[in-house]
Amino acid sequence: MGVTAPLVVLEALEKSYGEHYAVRGIDLEIRTGEFIAIMGPSGCGKSTTLRLIAGLEDPTGGDIRIGGVSQRGIPAHERNTPMVWQNLALFPFLTAEGNVEFPLRMKGVTTAERRDRAQGWLNRVGLTGYGDRRIDQLSGGQKQRVAIARALVTEPRILLLDEPLSALDAHLRVRMQTELARLHRELGITFIYVTHAQSEAFALADRVVIMSEGTICQIGRPQDVYRAPKNAFVADFIGMNNLISGNVMGEANGVATLEGPLGRFAVPASKTPPVAGSAVRFVVAADQIDIKLADDPTAATLPVEGTVLGLEFVGSSMTVFVDVSGSPEFRVQKSQHEIEALGLVPGRKVRLGWQSRHAWLLPA
Amino acid sequence: MKNRPASMAAYLLQRIYLLLLFVFLATPMLIILVFSFDRNRFPSIPWGGFSLAWHQAIWTDSLVVDALWNSVLIAIGTAIISTALGFVAAYVDYRYRFRGQGLFVGLIAMPPAVPASILGMAMLAFLSRIGYSGRIDTIIACHVALATSFSMAIIRLRLGEIGSELEQAAWNLGASRFRAIVSVVVPFCRQSLIASFFLAAAISFDEFMIAWFVGGVHETISVRILNLLQGQVNPKINAIGTVVLLVSVVLVVVAQRFTRLHPPSGQLY
Repeated sequence: MGVTAPLVVLEALEKSYGEHYAVRGIDLEIRTGEFIAIMGPSGCGKSTTLRLIAGLEDPTGGDIRIGGVSQRGIPAHERNTPMVWQNLALFPFLTAEGNVEFPLRMKGVTTAERRDRAQGWLNRVGLTGYGDRRIDQLSGGQKQRVAIARALVTEPRILLLDEPLSALDAHLRVRMQTELARLHRELGITFIYVTHAQSEAFALADRVVIMSEGTICQIGRPQDVYRAPKNAFVADFIGMNNLISGNVMGEANGVATLEGPLGRFAVPASKTPPVAGSAVRFVVAADQIDIKLADDPTAATLPVEGTVLGLEFVGSSMTVFVDVSGSPEFRVQKSQHEIEALGLVPGRKVRLGWQSRHAWLLPA
Repeated sequence: MKNRPASMAAYLLQRIYLLLLFVFLATPMLIILVFSFDRNRFPSIPWGGFSLAWHQAIWTDSLVVDALWNSVLIAIGTAIISTALGFVAAYVDYRYRFRGQGLFVGLIAMPPAVPASILGMAMLAFLSRIGYSGRIDTIIACHVALATSFSMAIIRLRLGEIGSELEQAAWNLGASRFRAIVSVVVPFCRQSLIASFFLAAAISFDEFMIAWFVGGVHETISVRILNLLQGQVNPKINAIGTVVLLVSVVLVVVAQRFTRLHPPSGQLY
C-alpha cells in the first residue's frame, strides 16, 4: 500500500484556560482508516483533544491538520468531523429519522434524498421501521444507534466518539462494541474514540493513546502498552499490572539485579541500563504471576509470600488479590479452574513468583 | 400512622384555602357573569330574567368595540415582540458569560416590581418629551417593557434544561451558530415560546395603568371600563367584564398549559 500521509496530525497542540492547561502540547499522527483510542483518567485532556479536533474548542497553541489542511480558523460546522456524544445529544423535538436527517438538512440536501439516505442508515444500524419514533420512545440501545447513524449519514472521513458507550448497561455495551468494530471494518474510515474504559479501548483500537494531565504518556498497540508500559502511570492505569520497587544492585549481560522490600530480583534491563544504586520499579502483568499455596512443597521456589484478600470474577478468568507485606497488594489473574483447583479462599497463605523475562523494568 | 393528624390538618388547610379563593376571587367574577345576562338595569336580587341585551349593546357601542380592537392589537403586538426579546435575552444569558450579566438580567426582570402608576407616569414623562406618546405603538412599547420580563423568565427556565451539548451537537453536524439557534434552540424552547406569547398577551390585555397614562386618545378595553365606571353606572360593564374575563382566562389557561415543565421521564435527549 506504500506510505500514506497521516489523515489527522496534531502538532504541539495546546489548550489552556487561563492558568490551567487541559492539553499541553501533544503530538499525534492518525492514519486513514485507523481505529485509535484515547484513554486516561477524567481530566487528562482526552475529551478536550477530541473537542479540539471537532473545532468545538480553539487551540491556544499548536495546530491540527486534517488531510494536510490546517484547521486553524475553520469553524466546527465546516469540518465534517461528526461526534457521537457521551449523552448522545439527540434532538428531543425531532423523530429518529429527523435526527438522522439533520446534518443533511444543514448541508442543503433535497428532501427526497435526505429521506432516502436517513432511511438507509436507519436500516444499516438495525432500526428499520423506527424512523417515526420520538426519541423518548426509544430504548437506550436504540438511541445509541440513532446517534451513530446521525453521525455517519454525511459519510465523513473521521468519526469522533466521546465515551459513547458509558451510558449503556454492561450487556448492551459489549453488543454495541461489536457493532462499532463491524462499522469501522465496513466503512474503512478513521475512528477516534475517547474512553476511560480500558476494556473498550483494548478490544477495539488499532492503537491506544494514554494521556495524563494534558500530555501523552504512551502511544502504541494495545498489547505493547500492556506488556511494556512506558512509566508507572501507564502501568498503573492499565490496571492488571503489579508494580514492584527496588534499588539497582548491578547490571550484567542486559540483566539488572534489584533489591527491594520483597527480596532480590533479576530483571531484564531496558535499552538504557539503570544506574547502580538508583531506585527503580518494574512491572509484572497479573496473568504472568505464578501462585501456589504456601504449604505446597514446590512453592518454596516462589520468592514472595502473601495472604489472599479476595477473589473477583472477570469474565472467564478470576483475579486474586494478595496482601504482601512491604508492597501494595498483588493482583494475580488466572483461569477459573486453576483458582478452584488451588482452593483459594480469603485468608489462605500463598507464595507468588514469576519468570524474570516477564518482568518489565520501567524507565527511571 | 404518626403523621396522620398533620396530614389531616394539611388537608383541611388546603380545603379552607380553596374555599377562600373561591369566595374572594371566583364569586365576584361569577356575579359579573351572571348579572351580565340579567334583564334588570341594576344588578339586584331577584334576577330579572335572562337577557342578551347588554351583550348586544356593547357590540353597537363603537367606543367599546374600538377599545376592544385596540386591546387585541396591542396584546398581539406585545406578545410577539416581548416573546422575541425575551428569547434573545434568555439566550444571551444562557450562552454567554460577561461582566454585568446579573445587572443585565436584573434590568429586564425589574419592571413588574415597579408600581404601575410610577412606571406609567415615568413612561409618559419620557415619551411625551421625545414626542412619542398617545399612539397605539406607544402602548405596545410600554407593555413590551413590562411583559418581556415574564417572557424571559419562562424561556430561561426551559433553556436551563437544554444542557451544553445539544447546541454544540448542532454545530458539529454542520449548523452555523445562527442555524443552530433556529433549528435546535428555538424548537427546543417551542413550548415556552408559546407560553410566553399567551402570557404576554394576557398581561397586555389586562393592563390598565400604563395604557391609561401613555395611550392618549387611544383607549384599551380596560381603560374604557374605567371611563364607563366613572360616568354613570352602566349595566354594559358586566357584559364587557364577561368578555374581558373570558379572553383573559383563555389566554392564561393556554399559557399555563405550555409552561408545564416536562416531567423527568428518564432522559430528556
